[in-house]
Amino acid sequence: MASSDSATAPAPRLRGFGAFLRSQMRNIAPFLTLIVLSAFFAIASPSFATLDNVGNILTQVSVTGIIAVGLTFVILCAEIDLSVASIANVTGIAVAYFTLQESYVNIANVPMPGWAAILLALALCALLGLVNALGLTVIGIPSFIMTLAMMQIAAGISALLVRGQIAYKVPPLISTLGSGAIGGVPWIVIVAAVMLLGGHLVLTYTRFGRYIYMVGGNREAAEFSGLNVKLILGSVMVISAVCSGIGGMLGVAHFGSAQQNEFDTYLLDSIAAVVVGGTSLFGGRGGIGNTIVGLFVLGVLNNGLDHVNIDSFLKILIRGLILLAALIINVYAQRLRERTTD
Amino acid sequence: MSQGRSPILELNQITKAFGGVEALRGVDFALYAGEIHGLVGENGAGKSTLMKIIAGVHPEFSGRFMLDGKETRFRSTRDAHAAGIAMVHQELSVAPDLTVAENVFLGNQPTNRLGLVQWRRMARDAGEQLGRFGIDVDPMSRLGDLPIGLQQLIEIARVLFSGARIVILDEPTSALSPPEVERLFATLRRLRDEGTGIVFISHFIEDILRVSDTVTVFRNGRKVAETAAAETTKGALIEAMIGRGGDALEHSYTDDLQLAPSNGGRVVLKVDQLSLGRSLRDVSFEARSGEVLGIYGFMGCGQQELSRILFGKLRPDGGTIVVDGRARKLRSTAAARRAGVALVPESRRDMLFHQEPVYKNISISVLERISALLLKPARERAIAMRQVEQLQIRPPVVGLDLGMLSGGNQQKVALAKWLTYPPRLLVLCEPTRGMDVGAKNDVINIVRDLRAKGLAIIVLSTEPETVLSLADRILVLKRGAVVREFANEAVSKDRLLEAA
Ligand SMILES: Nc1ncnc2c1ncn2[C@@H]1O[C@H](COP(=O)(O)OP(=O)(O)OP(=O)(O)O)[C@@H](O)[C@H]1O
Ligand SMILES: [Mg+2]
Repeated sequence: MASSDSATAPAPRLRGFGAFLRSQMRNIAPFLTLIVLSAFFAIASPSFATLDNVGNILTQVSVTGIIAVGLTFVILCAEIDLSVASIANVTGIAVAYFTLQESYVNIANVPMPGWAAILLALALCALLGLVNALGLTVIGIPSFIMTLAMMQIAAGISALLVRGQIAYKVPPLISTLGSGAIGGVPWIVIVAAVMLLGGHLVLTYTRFGRYIYMVGGNREAAEFSGLNVKLILGSVMVISAVCSGIGGMLGVAHFGSAQQNEFDTYLLDSIAAVVVGGTSLFGGRGGIGNTIVGLFVLGVLNNGLDHVNIDSFLKILIRGLILLAALIINVYAQRLRERTTD
Repeated sequence: MSQGRSPILELNQITKAFGGVEALRGVDFALYAGEIHGLVGENGAGKSTLMKIIAGVHPEFSGRFMLDGKETRFRSTRDAHAAGIAMVHQELSVAPDLTVAENVFLGNQPTNRLGLVQWRRMARDAGEQLGRFGIDVDPMSRLGDLPIGLQQLIEIARVLFSGARIVILDEPTSALSPPEVERLFATLRRLRDEGTGIVFISHFIEDILRVSDTVTVFRNGRKVAETAAAETTKGALIEAMIGRGGDALEHSYTDDLQLAPSNGGRVVLKVDQLSLGRSLRDVSFEARSGEVLGIYGFMGCGQQELSRILFGKLRPDGGTIVVDGRARKLRSTAAARRAGVALVPESRRDMLFHQEPVYKNISISVLERISALLLKPARERAIAMRQVEQLQIRPPVVGLDLGMLSGGNQQKVALAKWLTYPPRLLVLCEPTRGMDVGAKNDVINIVRDLRAKGLAIIVLSTEPETVLSLADRILVLKRGAVVREFANEAVSKDRLLEAA
């Protein structure tokens, strides 16, 4: 065959350290942020860097973490799911709705055995995820709009179920996982850790995980490679909804009550965790490892600000600024990477 | 020819490395006003890299960069633009979601005193400019909806009429039909006579010889020759490019070529009365096992649509497709692949994952077979390495991100991904576009190998040479209809052109 001469072209050596740093910017920056924040709070407050408080932080980020697993899948595909918090809420409410409540709770609920309540709640969130999936893939509604509608729909179902009331009881399994502990470790932390690990394994070691990265990296190319892009996108939307549902059920047990608008802050928190961690909003880059770092950045920030007794209104602003910084890094990292590989 | 005058652009000892890969090593290059400077060289020789340095895409390099006799450094493409340098990139860089008019005026839309875009004026001017270039298209249509060749023409038109005094064209003709190439050349000559300095990169040596005044040859990151076009020959250029005799490598297909009689292989694909809007009308044909069916036609003749239908990306309005004796609906690309159809589209951008390593680009289409649930990275790399060796992809490192390969090598990767488990029917759109003579020959050999293995192969191209070098039987497509079939008879470039 031809091209004998180019065989003598130099084999590439290890690329320069600078180029490596640049291409790894999206992984390094969040990690540095985490270290700097932790160091700052450790110095500013003696009560921050204690074992107890680390436990607090872990517990505080658990529900967000569970929701963020599915959201990571979605964002890796360059889609978005704005309905995660609403679906978490409605699933938490549903599981309580199917559980016998105390007589003073004024909800026309439908008591069932614990396992049935859990299965029904899971079925509900999976169904809502499926509606998202069909809207996105079959009808072709952009995920941003589709899940915005779903956010309202899920909130609507929640409202109809509780009608402004509050329910307290959930099945025993849920209440153990949400608020119990084993050997001093809260179950909810264990569930979050297992789900994050599971998500990581799926993304890194399975064919499905590879497909997610490919679809996110270049959807057209994925289609030209004969991948079933719609199936992959649809699956991801369902996974996201189910993760949210699990987060919602455990969250309800954790908070001790199920009511309307209980999860509102979790939409921003879970998106922030994924993006602050460095997963690209343009898809195809990042992963659960990034999400974990992002979770800790948010967790340390929220928790640490409480320890330094800062004006609680200022807290909101600071969180917003950190999020903005993360977005800038996210977009910038993408550009740097595009420049190194042209 | 340019002696005595001083060049508008002069580069000395340019060296550029990407990490460990040295793309350019001590290159000198000069461009004069009023000359067309042809650039040739193998895939990965460094042509695009040098041009990107001139256009400000790569601000970091070593060497001296002189513009109008003054040492200059561009920090960005904007600097280059301001200095009057415009480039048509090898990879189409249009904005598919904008309208044709917006693309023509990208970056400098006409605005009124309030700063609002003057749509009507923009559409009219764009229509006029394109019309002068022989492009008849609604300026308000979305660019991404047009065939890729037309998009390329529009990008060329944008750059040519941007008023730049240095114009760089990196393989601009790859998607153009012969008459369009003629119009382009006429325009280039006119601009040259008006004093523009033009760099023209192409793998079509004949085009280079025809249109350029000076020709520079690159090999392996070095400049190995520079001559007046009038004083060299195709053979000499090819020899300088690849370092040995090139006569055997490239035919010109001006003489008659005898197509072989049918081999009587099994019919793998039977297409009947296929139609799609105004793009395809009652197209019927068969493709047989062990046969290469060439489909030739000018850009926009419906080739692209046809290939997309065969791969399940487009749904036809009517007609039937039978693969291996079974009628198929081909509702998705996944379904087409299950039916045994594979497609290599003409655009690398659509086909490849630029931020992923080469091996993932190659293994993507075989994952289903080698892994049920868990990935087997070692196996993927081994498979990829075999293809990289077979197709002589440079550099032969499967862990490198795809974006770091030269255009021609990327094209080889696009082909490589289907070769591990050859499909029943392989549809190749412009399989040799952007490849150097050696690589083209490699592709011809690969296609012949696959044919010998019993694949049915369809080659769609707007280049007569490509079809003639590969096909056993040739269909000519014109405005969406099959107008002529060449089988078991003599055919030549002229006859093809005539039929189209
Ligand atoms: N952004 C990049 N990062 C790393 N390596 C690169 C990059 N761009 C080009 N290269 C390498 O530089 C060399 C020259 O590439 P270049 O694109 O200039 O070749 P070319 O002559 O234009 O080839 P072709 O005819 O295939 O387009 C190749 O080995 C290529 O792999
Ligand atoms: Mg090139």
